[in-house]
Amino acid sequence: MKELSLNVLDIAMNSVKAKATLICIYITEDEELLKMEIIDNGCGMTAEFLRGVIDPFCTTRTTRKVGLGIPLLKLAAEQTGGEVSITSKHESEYPEEHGTHVSAIFYKKHIDFTPMGDIISTVTTLIQGSPDIDFEFLHTSNTFEVSLDTREVREVLGPEIPLSEPEILLWIADNLSEQYKNI
Amino acid sequence: MKSLAELAAIREKMKDKIVLREGTSTTRIVVGMATCGIAAGARPVLNAFVDGVNKEGLASDVVVSQTGCIGICQYEPVVEVYKAGEEKVTYVKMTVEKAEKVLKEHIKGGKVVTEYTITAAQNA
Repeated sequence: MKELSLNVLDIAMNSVKAKATLICIYITEDEELLKMEIIDNGCGMTAEFLRGVIDPFCTTRTTRKVGLGIPLLKLAAEQTGGEVSITSKHESEYPEEHGTHVSAIFYKKHIDFTPMGDIISTVTTLIQGSPDIDFEFLHTSNTFEVSLDTREVREVLGPEIPLSEPEILLWIADNLSEQYKNI
Repeated sequence: MKSLAELAAIREKMKDKIVLREGTSTTRIVVGMATCGIAAGARPVLNAFVDGVNKEGLASDVVVSQTGCIGICQYEPVVEVYKAGEEKVTYVKMTVEKAEKVLKEHIKGGKVVTEYTITAAQNA
């Protein structure tokens, strides 16, 4: 992946497939580190499935549908000296609060650190593809905070206007880019 | 600042339009957005279609949607176009520039851009 924002998009797509109704994307950074978290309330993974996801070369064919997304994220993190960790609660064992938490740490000063790229485009692409899912996006550092919560947007729009309408996507993109400009 | 107040104003403008639009679309543009597609550059291609459909005023007639892996990863980014009463057209190795041409000539103009189709790629 040429941009970390593409990894974010790709991992969040797993949450969409897991039938999440809320997907949180948190990016926290300082001078040294960038931490990226994707947290969903989807169906989750069993312990056995999770093992296969983390180590793709030990996996069986039934885990194929998760594919190369996690290994690519792992590569991007580990090549900077960072790491990926995943915890998950499968709905069969946790009927009340299931979901998956993917966390990746990157060392920004490492020469193999992939730049973030167009994160706004990742957010709007996710909303365009899944207008019924709620997304909470929060990008913070010690000096700035950029955020978007589709639950707030939805509250203003009411039930009849889908978030995938071009005018709404444009407002979301403009809102985020203004926040980044004001940093 | 793009405030929530501004969003409320957009809502007021859109309210009536939404009701009229429902169920009238005749064209569907589907972009493959699995790992293979994303890695190959599907995100800007999807956005080119979303923006283009809006700018050309085609939103009442054309839906842009996303799908998973279609199974021809070597041809990603892959875009499928479904027009009512016509056979599906599969465009491969798409770029923003190609998307703009497909939008203009096929979606608007009704003429398939043969050179970008999977058939053309397989015969090359």
